Formats: sequence, structure tokens, C-alpha cells
Amino acid sequence: MNIKRLIIVAVGGQGNLLASKVLGEAALMADVPVRMSEIHGMAQRGGVVESALVFGDADSTIISDGEADVLVGFEPSETLRALNKCNPQSVVITNLSPLSPFTVTIGKGTYPRLSTLQGFIKAKTARLIAFDAAAEARKAGNVMAVNMVLLGSLIQTGVLPLSEENIRQAIKTRTKKAFVETNLKAFDLGFAAAVGV
Amino acid sequence: MHKLLADDSGQKMLLLGNEAIARGAVEAGVACASTYPGTPSSEISLNLFQISKESDLYFEYSTNEKVALEVAAAAANSGVRSMCMMKHVGVNVAADVLMTLAYLGTRAGLVILTADDPFMFSSQNEQDNRYYGKLSGLPVIEPSSVAEAGAMMAQAFDLSEKLGEPVIFRTTTRINHSTAVMELGPLKKRVTTGHFKKDPLNYVCVPAVSRKLHVRLLENIARAEKLADASPYNFVEGDGCWGVICNGVSYAYVCDAVKDLNLEAKIRILRIGFSHPMPGSLIKGFLKTCEKVLVIEEGEPYMEEAVKALAQEEQLTLTIKGKDKALFSRLYEFDPAMVRRCMADFFNVPHTPVDALDLSGAPEVPMRPPNLCAGCSHRAVYYAVKKATEGMDTVYPSDIGCYTLGFLPPLSMADYVVCMGASVGSACGFSKVTNQKVIAFIGDSTFFHSGIAGLTSAVFNNHDFTLVILDNRTTAMTGHQPNPGVDMKELNLDGYGQVDIEALVRALGVPHVSVIKPYNIKKSIRKIKEAVDFKGVSVIIAREKCVLYAKSLKQLTGKAFYISDKCKNHRDCLNDLGCPAFYLKGKKVMIDADLCTGCALCAQVCPEHAILPVKD
Repeated sequence: MNIKRLIIVAVGGQGNLLASKVLGEAALMADVPVRMSEIHGMAQRGGVVESALVFGDADSTIISDGEADVLVGFEPSETLRALNKCNPQSVVITNLSPLSPFTVTIGKGTYPRLSTLQGFIKAKTARLIAFDAAAEARKAGNVMAVNMVLLGSLIQTGVLPLSEENIRQAIKTRTKKAFVETNLKAFDLGFAAAVGV
Repeated sequence: MHKLLADDSGQKMLLLGNEAIARGAVEAGVACASTYPGTPSSEISLNLFQISKESDLYFEYSTNEKVALEVAAAAANSGVRSMCMMKHVGVNVAADVLMTLAYLGTRAGLVILTADDPFMFSSQNEQDNRYYGKLSGLPVIEPSSVAEAGAMMAQAFDLSEKLGEPVIFRTTTRINHSTAVMELGPLKKRVTTGHFKKDPLNYVCVPAVSRKLHVRLLENIARAEKLADASPYNFVEGDGCWGVICNGVSYAYVCDAVKDLNLEAKIRILRIGFSHPMPGSLIKGFLKTCEKVLVIEEGEPYMEEAVKALAQEEQLTLTIKGKDKALFSRLYEFDPAMVRRCMADFFNVPHTPVDALDLSGAPEVPMRPPNLCAGCSHRAVYYAVKKATEGMDTVYPSDIGCYTLGFLPPLSMADYVVCMGASVGSACGFSKVTNQKVIAFIGDSTFFHSGIAGLTSAVFNNHDFTLVILDNRTTAMTGHQPNPGVDMKELNLDGYGQVDIEALVRALGVPHVSVIKPYNIKKSIRKIKEAVDFKGVSVIIAREKCVLYAKSLKQLTGKAFYISDKCKNHRDCLNDLGCPAFYLKGKKVMIDADLCTGCALCAQVCPEHAILPVKD
């Protein structure tokens, strides 16, 4: 099976570990080989959380610079920071709702302009899907569902060997019962947001 | 039921490496497990802790790794399968036990897990603990994948019993924190009660006994080498004449590189999973089938040194390389592209490097360092100590925990951090030879772990410094594990004692002890000044529950604050405290009510008294 490599970056607390778990479980149910790795530990203290997921016939659980087929960023400046994982053929999906790092808050750094950030990523990669995923999550009924919105966009790209139905099934069985409906709605909104981009 | 207790052999489960390891141990019938928490090993113990609450498995959080290993070793020598897990630097703490335990050996299976951390994602060094195998004489096994970690753990206890020696099980972060599918094996029944048979000539390590036991250890190493030669963990793949010897996660990168470089017909791989003792005969035989050999291992040239020595014994002159300026480094972790490039270079085959992006001209991305949480009491303590010592020439030795983050601006309150407990001993040295004011910081769990010995020594030797014990009532950094100061009843767990830090410190004879509530800034500053002015050892216990822990216990009652119109934009709150609940709206400082825990620290710092609680 073709190897597909996915990097997910987020700020601690944005729910990217759940997104990885849903993708992993979906792959297990669909009999797609999958391995993932993540760096956690400082997540609750506002640091960056990065997950790597490798689908298909590979043994490595991490992804070298320039080798991601798709990059999903839960926060725009983090998407930009992780761009070294991409190559000209990579697809990039990013939330456009910023979470200002504390260095910016106290005036020790400047947050990049969103238009410049998007322009740069677009010029360097094959396809950029960028929108306010937090707004879509709110529409679905829970601002915490940014992870499910972005999963929707990710599946729409068709890069991964996973179907819409695989993911829906994993959301139904692997996310908290009380949130399943919201999560599915968020997934659909994210899917729709990526169409035609 | 805990998912890792599922009695469903053959079922496929998506597991974190640390879950797979815990499952493997449960499959082996481990009945006694002990630890001191440390990333990247922590989830193994977390799972075993949970499992112990719904089964007859005994699990404990010991005060440090040395104690943990003593517990597990005594249990194993009473005939109960036992396990002890720790991060790599924890083995340094347990090393005193480890070295002589190798002489004693073990009756029932005993597995000592060391979780190494190449690249130091969450550690103070990246030491390569395979050398502990060589130093102690104990067998070392290391998996290359999550699934293998689970399966290997299930068998490690058998190996230990076969040799009568504890087995060192070595992982790296990319095993512990990777997730993959593991097929569950059958569950062995736990034997939870043993009996210690007196046998002083084998168990009492006085010189006369140890002289005999060292002989036995050397015999056991020789037996272990034979097992390593025949071990399924040490296998050869492929039948080319270009040799690769690799271990751990490097094996995965090698497998991918062989495919990417189309080298299937050329390469012969020797994967080492039983790495102490190194399988001498197997390696000699392997070398004879190769034209040249590349040794691929993260960390130190542990295998490379052994392989070169074996080649010399056989008078072989083939090229053997590994750590080399043009090839692999001893620094940090490897990645698939690095292994692919080095293999292509060494074997001189064409290789197209990845089409990397030219990122020059990219907009600058602001740093996002981790920060003490909103409402963290450490911030209040640091602020108070800073104020109390204003104008003084100070040294702030600190220790290992969340509070180490206080070294970042704007607090900048750590000058010297080495290892667990070192803040106290270091304070003794600084205070003896300098004229600087020494104020050391240590967390409650770290104080229990290895701070007490330093403080005892300080009292005896009559040193002059202040130790601030940041008592946040939990082991916060690694995920809120219990420590001896924790009130376990709050967690609805019975059967635990509790150690009172204040009573302990007073009992040690510390001449000046005070307890502060960090959120009460004025009073804290006054008490800290008194302690710092005291000539001799003084201890301040800053007692306030970790906000995340308090939140999980549903004990957070504070109301959020806001910045009223009285604000004249001095920004002392923002510039001196750096609480992540602050943000700027235009030029005005604001407080994110969702993040604010209502600790009221900033309200006390504001010169205009402009920060007020939100009204209902």
C-alpha cells in the first residue's frame, strides 16, 4: 500500500491527540496499516504538540523534514512553523483562528499577518485549505470541535487511504457519546469547507 | 474493566507504546510493580496503577527509583514476578541497588525498564543506558516497535527466570510515545504471594559472599551471551554483502531506507534486540558474510565498539563505521531521511534527497515556549522571593519539576539545575564558598525523592541558605501522580499514609521553618525576608495545591478577575508575572476570564489596585 505521511500540529489543549486517535482507530477498522508518534508532556503548559501519522507499508513512526504529504495545523503560526515538514507536492490545511503565543502578548514577538502567512504557504505547496475552523466548530455547537472540523477537511482532500465513512464510524465509536452528534456535524462542516479550495 | 485487562487473546488493539508495555507485563503475570514517575515512562505506571485498583496486582509509587527497585527486587526474590520502571536518569538513582543486585540475582522474573530520551524531549541529558548492562553485567533487551515492545515484555520475565538475573528492558521515547496496533496475547495468572527462603550465603553481600557471587555473575554473563547468540531478538534479514547492524527504532528507519533505495538484493541486516551481552558468535559470523558494515544506533557507539572488537578477534579487516563526522552523530535522535542518506553515502548508491522547501523569506514565527499555568502558585512564590531579595546578590539553585519553567523570563528564577534533589546539595556548596545569598527551590515530590538527604546534611554542617519547598500537593509535571505528602483520601483511595513536610523538616532540626500561603503576597514577602535574613538553614514551605490538580478535584472556587478603568497601563502585572491569562487588546492589558483562576496575585501587584474580581 502507498505510504502517506501526515503531520498534525497544535497548541496544547486543542485536541489534536483525539484527532490522531480517531484517525488511528479508523485505520485499524479499515485494515490500513498505521503507526503514529507524538511528543507530549508540556501540552498542558501551553507548548506545541506535534503528532506524526504514517499510513501504509512503512515501519517508521516519525516523519523527516520535507516528507509530509499533508500538514494539518490547528493554529496558523504553528502551521507556518511546521512548514519545513512539507515539500512542493504537500497539501496544507490550516485553521485561521490564532492563539497568540505569550511572547507576542508581552511584546517580545510579532504575530505574522494572516494574509502574508497564507500567501507564503500557498506559494510553496500544492494546495492550501485555510479557514476559520473555530467559527465552523462554533456553528457545529462546540468551539472545542476544531479537531473534528479539520478532520473533515483532511478527509475531503482524499490524500489519506481512509474514507469519509471510516472516520464517521471512528467518531461514533471512539469519541465521547455526549459529543458524537456535534463531532459529526463539525466533521461535515470541515469537509464542506475544503470543497473547491 | 481496564482495557489492558481484556482477556481476549488475538484481539488487535491500537496502543501507545507504554500501554503495550504495561499489557505485556500483565500478560506475563507481573504481580508487583513499582516506580518513580518520569517521562517518557510515566504512562506505563499510570496504567499499572489503574489496573492495581481493579485486580490483585500490587503497584506503588515509591519515593524514588532506588526505593522502587529495592521493593521490586525483594518481591522478586520472594518468588513474585516483579517490575520496576523509570526514566533513564532514574537508573542513576537506582544504580547502587542495580550493581549489587546483579550479584544477588533474582528468583522470580524481575524486569527493570529504563526509558531513554534521545534529543531530550523532556530530560536533562540523553545518556545511553545500554551501558548499564555492561556496567552491571545484566542482560539488556530493546524493542524496535510498539508491537514488539508488548511481546518482548511478555517474554522478558521468562528470560529473567532462565538466567536468574534481573533483565534491563530499554526503550526510547519513540517507542514509549508511538502508537500502533498490538495483537493481545493470553494472560498468565498472577502469583501475588511468595515466601523468602533464608540463604545468607547468596543474599547477604558481605565481602566473602560477594567474592563468590561475582564469579557466579560472570558465569551468568557467559550463559546470557549464548542466549543472545540464539535469541530471536537478534536476527539476520536479507542475503546481500553490505552489512547493517542496527537496534531499536533505527531498525524501522533502516527497513524503510532499504525499500526507498531499492537495496533489497544488496543489504544484509543484523537487528540487535538482545544487546547485552552482545551476541559475539552471531556477529562474527555476520561480519564474515559482509564486504563492509554500517552500524546504525542512536546515542553512543555501544554496538560499534563491540563489533569492532569482535572483528579484531577474528582478524577481519573489513570497513566498519557508525559514529563518524560524515555519517551518524552521537547527538539527538535519528530520523528516516538521515538513515537513508547515510546508508546511500556509505554504500555509495545514488540517492535523491527530498525536495525540501526553500523557506527563506518566510514570515517570522514567534516562539511558543511552555509557561507556568494561569494561576500557578509557583509564579506567586517566585514573585515574592524576587521582591524579598531585591538588591541582593543572589544564587537560585532550582530542581526538576514544573517550577523549572520559572527560569524563563519574566520570572528568571533558576540559576542552576542539575538533577533531582540537587538544589539542596548545591545550595550548601554555593553558600559555603560565596558571599551571595542562596535561595534554593524544590518541589514536594522532588523533596521526598532526594531533597531530604541534602537538607539533613545542611543542618549537620550548619550551612547558611534558604530552601523554598514548593509544596503543590502533587507530582504535577509528570501528570499528577501521588507522593508521600498527598492526601489520598481526596482521590477516594484508602490504605495510604501521609507524611507532613513541615513536621519532617522540623524533626530534622532545621532552625528556622515557616509556612506561607503564596497567594497572600504581602505576608509571604515578609516571611521570606525573615527567612533570608536568618543566619543558618531556613526552610519556607509554600503550600498551595497545583491549579490543574485542584481543578481535577473540583476544588477551584476562585472567581475570574478583570482590569478596570483605574488601570494606568504600568503593566507590572504583565511584565513582572507573565501569567498566560493576560493578553493585549490594542495597548490595554486584558484578562482572559476563561483562563483566570482567580488567584488574585495580579490584583495585589497592581500599583493602582485596578484589577478586580468579576461581579456576578
